[in-house]
Amino acid sequence: MPQPDPQAAAGTPHDVKTAVLVSSGRHPVSGRAGRAREDARAVEMGLSLVGADLSLVHAGDPEQASLRESLEGYLGMYHGLDGGRPGDERDGQLSLLPLRAGEDAVPLLAAWLERSGVRLALTGQRAECGEGSGMVGYLLAERLGWAIATGVAAIERCDAESVTVLQALPQGQRRRLEIRLPCLIAVDAVAEAPRQSAFGPARRGRIETVDDLLPADESRLDTGSAGWQWQPARARPKRLKVVKSTNARDRFKAAAAKSSASGGQVLTDLSPEEAAEKLIDYLRAEKILAQDDQ
Amino acid sequence: MLQTLLPILIFAALAVGAAGAVRRIRLWRQGRRTPMRWHRLALMPKRYLNDLHHVVARDKAIAHTHVATAGGFVAAMALALVVHGFGWRNPILGGLLLAASLCMFLGALAVNRRRIDPPPKLSKGPWQRLSKSLIAYSVGMFLVSLPLVGVAPTVLGGGVLAIVLAAVLVWGLLEMVVGMGWGGPMKHAFAGTFHLAFHRRPERFDDNHPDASPKKTHDVHRGSRSTALFPLDLTAKTLGVEKPADFQWEQLLGFDACVQCGRCQNVCPAYAAGQPLNPKKLIQDMVVGMAGGSDAGYAGSGHPQQAGGIEVGKPGFGNHRGGPTDAIVPQLVEAQTLWACTTCRACVEECPMMIEHVDAIVDMRRFITLERGETPEKGAAAIDNLIATDNPGGLDNASRLDWAADLELPRIQDRPEGVDVLLWLGDGAFDMRNQRTLRSLVKILRTGGVDFAVLGEEERDSGDVARRLGDEATFQRLAERNIATLSRYRFARIVTADPHSFHVLGREYGAFGGDYVVKHHSTFIAELFDGGRISVTAPTQAETVTYHDPCYLGRYNGEFAAPRQVLAALGLEVAEMERSGYRSRCCGGGGGAALSDVPGRARIPDMRMEDVRETGATTVAVACPQCTAMLEGVVEPRPRIRDLAEMVADALVEPTAATNATSAPSQSREEEPA
Repeated sequence: MPQPDPQAAAGTPHDVKTAVLVSSGRHPVSGRAGRAREDARAVEMGLSLVGADLSLVHAGDPEQASLRESLEGYLGMYHGLDGGRPGDERDGQLSLLPLRAGEDAVPLLAAWLERSGVRLALTGQRAECGEGSGMVGYLLAERLGWAIATGVAAIERCDAESVTVLQALPQGQRRRLEIRLPCLIAVDAVAEAPRQSAFGPARRGRIETVDDLLPADESRLDTGSAGWQWQPARARPKRLKVVKSTNARDRFKAAAAKSSASGGQVLTDLSPEEAAEKLIDYLRAEKILAQDDQ
Repeated sequence: MLQTLLPILIFAALAVGAAGAVRRIRLWRQGRRTPMRWHRLALMPKRYLNDLHHVVARDKAIAHTHVATAGGFVAAMALALVVHGFGWRNPILGGLLLAASLCMFLGALAVNRRRIDPPPKLSKGPWQRLSKSLIAYSVGMFLVSLPLVGVAPTVLGGGVLAIVLAAVLVWGLLEMVVGMGWGGPMKHAFAGTFHLAFHRRPERFDDNHPDASPKKTHDVHRGSRSTALFPLDLTAKTLGVEKPADFQWEQLLGFDACVQCGRCQNVCPAYAAGQPLNPKKLIQDMVVGMAGGSDAGYAGSGHPQQAGGIEVGKPGFGNHRGGPTDAIVPQLVEAQTLWACTTCRACVEECPMMIEHVDAIVDMRRFITLERGETPEKGAAAIDNLIATDNPGGLDNASRLDWAADLELPRIQDRPEGVDVLLWLGDGAFDMRNQRTLRSLVKILRTGGVDFAVLGEEERDSGDVARRLGDEATFQRLAERNIATLSRYRFARIVTADPHSFHVLGREYGAFGGDYVVKHHSTFIAELFDGGRISVTAPTQAETVTYHDPCYLGRYNGEFAAPRQVLAALGLEVAEMERSGYRSRCCGGGGGAALSDVPGRARIPDMRMEDVRETGATTVAVACPQCTAMLEGVVEPRPRIRDLAEMVADALVEPTAATNATSAPSQSREEEPA
């Protein structure tokens, strides 16, 4: 990833308080707790942006036995920073927001982000266990009124006002986005691979419990999920698109292609109201919004 | 004139040398302190005259040279102190002094002959000078002592000749006495003396140790093979060795004892393959780090591919600098140098000074992995997999027995009353090539009527690779879990086809509370032959085979005989390779070297296959899944690679009929007494 040039920017990335929202991962083969793969890439992105200034936050059940193990996995990444001399390095720090059964992570995380003055929040796109809805980023951004960019492969530049990112698109395409701070960035699986988690820094990293963010009242409860029905996930069958072609190149392209948008129209120079109208029309046409929805 | 000058010279040299020695001791004591055991000084003479001499004596000519030179010097110095120093000018002592000087002179002549066109393993520079200084000392001492026995008293009495003689003697004393304390080549004698006394692995010198070889011939390993790595305290402030002062002081002392004889360089597989590791240079780098400065004064072969190159005397040293409290990597030693080591212990086996190169390398790797998180890429992936799935391949541990789906292997979980043999599969169970070996081994065990069982998915990696890659935390976690698993079951002994598991379970788990009787499958099969429990058909056609000793079976655990016994029982003629037995060359797959994959000029397994080809063998017998994989990676055409178990299984005579054999497992289960 290209290093941001401090001279060219109005302020360096170090002026921007940066945090990564990390979750407890689940290994795909053994099911053992550890770093979540996308979150680890988000931490890597944050460390290469602001070094040991990066703070980590996790909202979860502090009583869970394997929690410390997976969180230490992230803290163990605080090495090779500031010139790579271990003496100069600061240890990682993680704020643990205790979450009891039935409570929602979003209000807690939002309160923490506000209180700690974070202006750039990084995270993976979706947790590997629990609800794993991939919605936390959107809900947080909505609640805080922040911008959100998902599927980010790299941060190209960051200053006190804005951040330039590369968003991953299918088939290796990238789209450059300029986002005003504060914002939330969901890191894609194609971002830079995370550095090794080392035992020494993991052991020294501090996990600080923050439990005075919100009063323990109804506002913390996850009312949405109370009425949900829970059932084990089923692996969905993958639709096969058989391409009958004698040409190997075509067959390869078809096999390698992700579903890319086709048709549709590009609308520019619309007023916000017109744009919203067009979107609502589209969603109705796709039967995502019911006809009577506002 | 000389009469008055001599005592002054001798005592001045001793005083200045002693001052240097005190400074040297301070350098060693920068390392981490351990409780001093002064009584060990008393062990030194035996260790020096016996253990050290036997390693030196693997090269007879050098041993004789060293005995003459060193013995002559020690005697001449002691007598000179009495005769010239304290002035007890007894003709008998004078005669003895002349004899000692002469003896030293003869030794020095041999040293000089070797130095005319020195082999590339030797360091030059001050070491070339030393050979001349030995002559100066012995000749000078001889001539000044001649008057004691009444020969040529007048000629040497005064004048120019006396000044010349005094100058020669001063040169000798400077090199031999002052240089010993101040870090000249003779430092090896002084540091070596203390190193032998305070060696970190005293078992290596213990002839009466239970593991010590019963044979006491010249070239065999005498004491115990103390080869288990030292456990690391994971609660220590920093983990592993970052700077020279992080070593234990005995280790620093050991580095300082190096004589730069280059035997390690000659046997190191990484050096031969042109990977950037020369064990001799590495030890000298550690000395540079301990004393501070650069490697500019080094006059031997460097780390291949780096400054200095592998050609002696090529300029370029001096770029690597160090100090006792400066980080070693990368200023003094580059990380690639440490990752090139296969931990084969050939250097340690060959070192006449009993220096522990592998311990030092693993100590430094521990820091890189545990504190810096800079394990080479594939090594880091293997460690992550070990943490997540208990095997380095990241595979589902429940698939550990997939290869044996049709074998109905008895599970130890079904045998609460206990079994005779617990078959430890190792990570080879995931490798299709090694699965053939394991199937053969199962066939042998069944034919031999062995009561055995496996752990199945409860077995985890032994932690060998994690430990050699420096990840002591993951190793200890795996060890503790394996020990907890093993403690739930009853078995008399563990048998494994993997020498790495064999070594770790047998030698390294002891420090964590796991004491087991572990046997390598070659040993166990040899016992089955001895007990008449299996028999084999004679080979149908004559074939030349050779045997490749795995490092972790041979050098690490001293098992050289059993595999050869098995081959003899098969009726096969073994054509030994030049490097075999304790001098066997590594396959290149140990110590995580196959994962770190440091580039070199050649591949180590290719070089090993050349050794095999030189014997004319058409089959090379192996006894390790790692060696199998490495040697099979050599491009065809090449000799066949077969595990001992496969060779035995193919030649097995089934007990009576096929029906008997198939029902054997269920029978043995019923026969087992409750």
